[in-house]
Amino acid sequence: MAALDPIGPPRRASSWRSPRLRAWLLQAALLAAVLGAVALMFGNALDNLARQGIASGFGFLSQPAGFGIETTLIEYSETSSYGRAFLVGLLNTLLVSAIGIVLATVLGFVIGVARLSPNALIRGWAYAYVELIRNVPLLLQIFFWYFAVLRPLPGPREAISLFDVAFLSNRGLQLPKPLPEDGFGWLVAALALGVVAALLVARWRRDGAGRRWPWTLAALLLPPAAVVLAVGWPLAWSVPELSRFNFHGGMTLTPEFVALVLALSLYTASFIAEIVRAGLQSVRRGQREAALALALPPRLVLRKVVLPQAMRVIVPPLTNQYLNLTKNSSLAAAIAYPDLVSVFAGTVLNQTGQAVEVISITMAVYLAISLAIAALMAWYNRRQALVER
Amino acid sequence: MDAMPPRRFDLLAWARTQLFSGPLNIALTLLGLWLLWLTVPPLIDWALLKAQFVGSSREDCGGEGACWVFVRVHLPQFLYGFYPEEQRWRVNLGVLLLALFALPLAWRRLRENVWVWVGLLVVYPLLAWWLFHGGLGLPEVETSRWGGLFLTLVVAGASMSAALPLGILLALGRRSSLPAVKAVCTVFIEFWRGVPHITVLFMASVMLPLFLPAGVDLDKLLRALIGVAVFAGAYMAEVIRGGLQGVPAGQLEAAKALGLSYWQQMRLVVLPQALRLVIPGIVNVFIALFKDTSLVLIIGLFDLLGMVQAAVTNPQWLGYAVEGYVFAALVFWLFCYGMSVLSRRLERRLNVGRHVPEDLA
Repeated sequence: MAALDPIGPPRRASSWRSPRLRAWLLQAALLAAVLGAVALMFGNALDNLARQGIASGFGFLSQPAGFGIETTLIEYSETSSYGRAFLVGLLNTLLVSAIGIVLATVLGFVIGVARLSPNALIRGWAYAYVELIRNVPLLLQIFFWYFAVLRPLPGPREAISLFDVAFLSNRGLQLPKPLPEDGFGWLVAALALGVVAALLVARWRRDGAGRRWPWTLAALLLPPAAVVLAVGWPLAWSVPELSRFNFHGGMTLTPEFVALVLALSLYTASFIAEIVRAGLQSVRRGQREAALALALPPRLVLRKVVLPQAMRVIVPPLTNQYLNLTKNSSLAAAIAYPDLVSVFAGTVLNQTGQAVEVISITMAVYLAISLAIAALMAWYNRRQALVER
Repeated sequence: MDAMPPRRFDLLAWARTQLFSGPLNIALTLLGLWLLWLTVPPLIDWALLKAQFVGSSREDCGGEGACWVFVRVHLPQFLYGFYPEEQRWRVNLGVLLLALFALPLAWRRLRENVWVWVGLLVVYPLLAWWLFHGGLGLPEVETSRWGGLFLTLVVAGASMSAALPLGILLALGRRSSLPAVKAVCTVFIEFWRGVPHITVLFMASVMLPLFLPAGVDLDKLLRALIGVAVFAGAYMAEVIRGGLQGVPAGQLEAAKALGLSYWQQMRLVVLPQALRLVIPGIVNVFIALFKDTSLVLIIGLFDLLGMVQAAVTNPQWLGYAVEGYVFAALVFWLFCYGMSVLSRRLERRLNVGRHVPEDLA
């Protein structure tokens, strides 16, 4: 084919006008410029650090941190190392992101479906929500929930009670805490067994006639029920109670945590709602009509025909939103929730002064999360892509 | 469309189909009305009926309603930051000049004139810098005194006008057939898209000074601008790349066949089509960028949100946080919603004559 190509490059070797030579020169110049700039910056950084008497290298990670952190998922004290503080921050980031993603997805799907509701009022509400929330900066919304709503709440003595099991005050949200007792492990194992059994039953009954769900439900519930009958209910709850000045028992979600989760999930939900709406609208009306013409019950039309096609459109931008939420959780630094950026790129950086190392590690963590999700997405897209003739 | 006879709007029929078509629909209508009743009357009560509008100190407030006196008293700070009072006419004049320089864009003929764009994108920024910063006969106002909505607009405007060309270059680079160019652009784009904006700003504020030779000191505002422009450019590049992929291959082949050089192919044939395809995406990046300017407060610049935050945590005015945030939210909302409405209109106008009927789309 190359010989027939009428617009191939003119072959005049060894002339400086040769496109191939020019391409090489251009690329060499670009690489030289990039490498030169990096080398220059690196040299300057070494110079500057030496002059300011700041150590370099990653040795600081094993030195004692000397500051406390309020919210920790793992054991941490002031004598723990900077490396441990990094881990605490990372886990806090993952915790906020995970909870935010679940809440944002649920709310986003509800509002996305409401945007297409046959009811004009509900449509209007959904539209108002989306346009209001997504056009206001997230940082402003975090500030609003933290400084204007949660912080001015009354103290524990006048806390707002939610059915006497949860309390909202300026100390945060007090929730009942599950206390696993003997045999709780058995219950979890039985639940897992039930899920596996239910999946197997569902697959086994797939081609059979008649109803499937009673069998599936039975397979799901029988093993846990057997365990509960054998050892009793193995889960107690510690309900928060007000003593003289503060709450005892239960667990506390700090105001910072509540504000961050609220703002992140409400904000991201408005974007997810638009994605869901676009996805549902992308399924052509003919698909639905054809399914109804085949006498599929309306319930199955949505599940078997509309949703699978919509999901193909919805999932890629949806993962993008999950990624955004995870990155946006770094705004925690503004209200001092101890996430990765706040603890590590904030406190640790200020104490050690090792800006290059600290920021590099922080960026590397987020980059790793992004690349992992991008790889997952590419895999999903390959699997879901329409096979065209 | 025009052939259809004008139909009278039938409220009853509309309500019957939209609100009361079945038991579920009636329940939803009641839910919607209940939500309206829960939110709208208290809101009007708080924001208008019981609100305090006139006064000059917090003693004038005290009722249950909103204290708009708080916003009124702080308004100059919210708009200009710490810009000296007697010099504020320079900011106003700068805004007026921007309108003047942008005015020719209202005419389609002038929109294609290269000098109009040179004026807007080269002459105006230099003029504005001199006007805002001073020197050459005007008293100097350091950038650390810039603030409020003025600073928000400076950051947004500067980074938007930097992000578009940067994005175009990066997108072309990423689609280049030269492997080294492609690799450099891809790594650049994916790196900045993969990290949170805060860390980029942190990097610009604490790491950038380390990378510069000793003695060279970049202005804090300039460092923030570099940070914002870089990540905005990376996002813009991905949007524009989408547009480049949407231009049919035949267009490029035809341009090559005419003997156009690479830059002529791009400038005359590919880019005009590609950019038109992704106008909504470009505006979305602009909107995201406008909202993200609020992040500069984390590295110690006082944009609109920064000034509001300073005012609501001021011990003399404690307790009026809601009013402050509502005001800031309203300003941001007006700009962002305005941009999205503008983009929808632009999109419609550029699509004139090439509209695809909905059933075929």
